[in-house]
Amino acid sequence: MHLLIIDSFYIWEKLILVVFIVTLCMLVAMYATYGERKVAAFLQDRIGPNRAGPFGIFQPLADGGKLFFKEEIIPLASSRTLFVIGPMLAMTTALLTSAVIPWGPALHIKNRNVPFQIADINIGILYIFGVVSLGVYGIMIGGWASNNKFSLLAAIRGASQMISYELAMGLALIALLMLTGSLQMSDIVDHQVHGRWGGFLSWHIVRQPLGFLIFFICALAECNRTPFDLAEAENELNFGYHQEYSSMKLGFYLFAEYINMFISGVVMSTLFLGGYDIPFVNEASWHIDPNWLAVIGFCVLLAKAFFFVFVFMWIRWTVPRFRYDQLMNLGWKKLIPLALLNMIVTAVVVLWMRK
Amino acid sequence: MQLTQRAKQVDRRPMNGWEKSYLPAILKGMGITISHFFKKKATIQYPEQKRTFSKVFRGVQILNRDEEGRERCTACGLCAVACPAEAITMEAAERQPGEEHLYREEKYAAKYEINMLRCIFCGYCEEACPKDAIYLSQTFAQANYDRKGFIYKKEDLLIPNPKEDPEAYRRAVGERPVK
Repeated sequence: MHLLIIDSFYIWEKLILVVFIVTLCMLVAMYATYGERKVAAFLQDRIGPNRAGPFGIFQPLADGGKLFFKEEIIPLASSRTLFVIGPMLAMTTALLTSAVIPWGPALHIKNRNVPFQIADINIGILYIFGVVSLGVYGIMIGGWASNNKFSLLAAIRGASQMISYELAMGLALIALLMLTGSLQMSDIVDHQVHGRWGGFLSWHIVRQPLGFLIFFICALAECNRTPFDLAEAENELNFGYHQEYSSMKLGFYLFAEYINMFISGVVMSTLFLGGYDIPFVNEASWHIDPNWLAVIGFCVLLAKAFFFVFVFMWIRWTVPRFRYDQLMNLGWKKLIPLALLNMIVTAVVVLWMRK
Repeated sequence: MQLTQRAKQVDRRPMNGWEKSYLPAILKGMGITISHFFKKKATIQYPEQKRTFSKVFRGVQILNRDEEGRERCTACGLCAVACPAEAITMEAAERQPGEEHLYREEKYAAKYEINMLRCIFCGYCEEACPKDAIYLSQTFAQANYDRKGFIYKKEDLLIPNPKEDPEAYRRAVGERPVK
């Protein structure tokens, strides 16, 4: 019996998957910046970037090129090592989350079942939580190492905000975990795909609307998106924790934000919108190549995630920033009690159904 | 007493529980923003498209010629006097025999300068001119690399000759009715 089956094919398959998903995240983040500008423009009766290429689709390349050629400034009074580590950490943690997400149904290559997931670990959600809470270090270290009082204020704000909202987020998820009885991401998706009620009725958003709402609000806060962008707050803190950053280090921070946004969209789709599930159809009855099925499922997941990204942007250009005390009140006095209530009600219902 | 029909009474009752969750107000706001998403955009793609100006638009000054292509300006200096920004300077000269095809009257402006950095495009020069020699065109948004370039000489201001270059003359006149 083999405890650990690792052959060269396995390593290659994982390596290709990792490269594919990291590239995908980067690409999506690149075009999310373009999307953000376009969405902002359209919501404000403008047209947005349209000069670089048709419809301005080369705008992200121009922006990236500009960031690369900017002068790299490390302030003399900053602590050099931490100053460099900050953006690296932000980027790494943003990308790490993508590892446990099931991106689609399993592929079949040369009679092998290749799961469309980098690591199907049995504590998938815990892993996501762990990595997401590491993300706050990117902001904290960056803000602290800059040796600038605005950056420091932003870092403190960011840290306290993330910690408060993670609690409500976790509590909202516990209710969901009671339904699935598993922390494994692939199990959670299966639970929704092969649900009892069919269609999209077995998606968790139907059974956990309150949990979804709380999770969504907390995801906004975790991504530092408006109305919870207190760590950036360009009009109060001069862009907060990345004020002293320039060139590609700044680019990394901005990129990490968009990757976070995309990943949280994917996580929400996976947890609440049935992941790669296509509603109202039974894919198994189509009798087509499972690889094509995987591609279709992957596209469906992307579509759901992009929808969330769009909603994030839509909210950003609608709602003004919360004041700090409002933010804390909302987190501690409203979302956490609501999440607890949701958890208890779910627990009672689950127990009652089982009886 | 109501001063206008559009005044709205503000509801100052304390928010109820549902309203305190901010959700209804946020959803309403999102409805408003998404309705703007599909609205027709007011943007004019500037260098390619240009907006049409009204006939009384006041742009860069132009020195007029008569139908035969002769300069109308007689360097009387009324425009310089009328100019509130003191942007106009000129030097007069006497027309020599044989120059009748160049200048309409016996006196003409040998030098005529408008400092475009001072000009406020009020159009008083146009109103002051007894000879219809200066008027404000529809040209705007001049650009230059140094301040010196903004002092427009007579060559910069003169309208193209209608006899030698009727096409350019027509363009310079634009929509404006020539007096």
